[in-house]
Amino acid sequence: MEYPNLLKEIIGGEKIAVIESSQPFKDELYLTVDNGEFVRLCHLLHKRLNSAVKMFFAEDLRAKLDKYVLYCVFLNEQKRSWIIVQQYIHKNNPIFATLAKDIHSASLFEREIKEMFGIEAQGSPDARRLKLHDEVWPQGFFPLRKDFSLPPEGYLAGLQYKFKRVEGEGIFEVPVGPVHAGIIGPGHFRFSVAGEPIINLEIRLGWTHRGVEKILEGKTIHEAVRIFECISGDTAFGYSLAFCLSIEKAFGVNVPLRAQLLRAMFLELERLYNHANDIGGIALDVGFSFPAQFASLIKEGILQLNEKLCGSRYLKGINVVGGIQKDVDSVKQQLIQQALPNIKSDFIALEEMLFSSVSFMDRVDSTGILRTKTARDLGVTGVAARASGIGLDMRKALHSIYDTFSFRIIKEQSGDVAARLKVRCNEVKESFGIIIQCLEQINKCPPEIRQEVQEKEVFGIGCVEAWRGPVRVWSRINTQGKIERCKIVDPSFQNWEGLSFAVLGNIIPDFPLCNKSFDLSYSGNDL
Amino acid sequence: MSLNILKNSIKKGRVTIPLSLSESACPPDVEKMRQELKNLIHAKFGRSLHIREIDTGSCCACESEIIACSNPIYDIQRFGIDFVASPRHADILLVTGPISRNMELALQKTYEAMPEPKFVITVGECATNGGLFRDSYYTRSGVKNILPVVLHIPGCPPSPQKIITYLQLFIQKVP
Repeated sequence: MEYPNLLKEIIGGEKIAVIESSQPFKDELYLTVDNGEFVRLCHLLHKRLNSAVKMFFAEDLRAKLDKYVLYCVFLNEQKRSWIIVQQYIHKNNPIFATLAKDIHSASLFEREIKEMFGIEAQGSPDARRLKLHDEVWPQGFFPLRKDFSLPPEGYLAGLQYKFKRVEGEGIFEVPVGPVHAGIIGPGHFRFSVAGEPIINLEIRLGWTHRGVEKILEGKTIHEAVRIFECISGDTAFGYSLAFCLSIEKAFGVNVPLRAQLLRAMFLELERLYNHANDIGGIALDVGFSFPAQFASLIKEGILQLNEKLCGSRYLKGINVVGGIQKDVDSVKQQLIQQALPNIKSDFIALEEMLFSSVSFMDRVDSTGILRTKTARDLGVTGVAARASGIGLDMRKALHSIYDTFSFRIIKEQSGDVAARLKVRCNEVKESFGIIIQCLEQINKCPPEIRQEVQEKEVFGIGCVEAWRGPVRVWSRINTQGKIERCKIVDPSFQNWEGLSFAVLGNIIPDFPLCNKSFDLSYSGNDL
Repeated sequence: MSLNILKNSIKKGRVTIPLSLSESACPPDVEKMRQELKNLIHAKFGRSLHIREIDTGSCCACESEIIACSNPIYDIQRFGIDFVASPRHADILLVTGPISRNMELALQKTYEAMPEPKFVITVGECATNGGLFRDSYYTRSGVKNILPVVLHIPGCPPSPQKIITYLQLFIQKVP
């Protein structure tokens, strides 16, 4: 069949049999290929688009088609669009050829597909389970299959998780977690150490797994927004927005301009308070208390501002499918106008405090380096990627309201803790600019903030550059307006692996520092 | 406000000067109960109340608010309350989240590691009955089925102010 124009340029001279192609929206191109061609097409897209695997997930369509479907999503930065490669897998033979052998960024996704659907990647380098821990969950129960039922109580395989082992004279292991010393989510870190330097770090996550994707199935879109706000509490707004975007496009809703502007403004407020928290956390983890406490004051200030604006410190209850449900009137706008200069000057004071301290800079400079090549191979995204020289920001990479603002993508080359700190400090400044531009535009647009939606059978991708990085959501709504399948990818999902590479060669006392400079989510990763 | 602290520190070389009430953004009811709370802790817990926090699958918003309790505005430490790194030092276990199966054992071990007398307080909607996640295949829906809970702090997430108020309630109830 004829390739769509878009694809012709990318595939070039290669011959790949595409069974079916469709472009339901301007920025989503779906290509269905044979099982044999799947790996080849994915390789080609991975290379030519220079894109990591952004999402890779399965859907159970056995009720309708007797098949599972696999979707592998790449980003076409040049055309500002997604390319989704699909293959069907027969229900009686749930296997597919692994991508992870050559495209490392697919590895975690394949492990997830295996544990959740029982669809096995043949030849995969790592098949251990991620979230369903062997100690508490028996083999052979796949929660995201439609005909899943709970395993009977007390029915356990009693298996143990196998950590990678480093062996040799003088090498010892330091296990940390899941319960940590601080007030923080649970994760298990196993360091293999020779003397001081870390030789290997294995991060075992999944401790906060709650089965979010299964819970979402069968929920109405309005119930779903509420759940999305509770996936990662510090990204409540980013998550609910990503979900709304994933279906608004398909519903054919034109979100009113005012709502789009306010959404951008809230997203930047979320970025501000979290970046303040991170910068303070980095200071705290080297024992530099004053700036750490100072940063917590900035964060508290923004949280209190949030509460005045919408009644929620964490920006919950704003987003609805079709727009937003809380307007920011002129009185509230004034609150922001008054608060911004103070917050800004506090941020600048904080930055000065840190960057003028020699002992602080000595700790962060050249600590925890994540090389550009490694970051690219792992599919690292967001702040961590931008600090390692990958200048990708979804606010610019996709069509959105952000096209009307002028702001820079902040990028650093060195990939160390200092680089991630600098990216955060500079992004904060850009966020102030964006909020001011929002406020200028808001009064020029009509007062509508929400459009009613007509529910129908749809699917689509929503992506938001939240403060950590891009939150990606793919959802399918069925004819009753309920969620059929929802796949969520947190920026932390691939970044956790980046952390385990960044700490290599560093000493354990620098681990908290490296960890905080990435500041990854446990709950967003574990779902 | 924060700038004032900074100015203070530059001028006077020290930063421990308390903010005046009008300057502080701390809600007035927290200020009001300050003395009473301090006296209560003094009498019932020998001057200090130590808390260990454990996340059993929360979204970290509750954690964020618990951390905020010890920022310079709420400054929970001035009442004699402190968050500690080990359950062995703790009087209270604050539990958040709907209890993921993966965390069940860790939760029990943390509780067992605490010395008597010990109390469990739950924080946030999820910890009562699983909240939004109560129908999940992977949650244990509610701490109270596993540990003896003396108090629940409601909210999604509860504000620092609410957490402090409820802690005071708890201390009043303790014999």
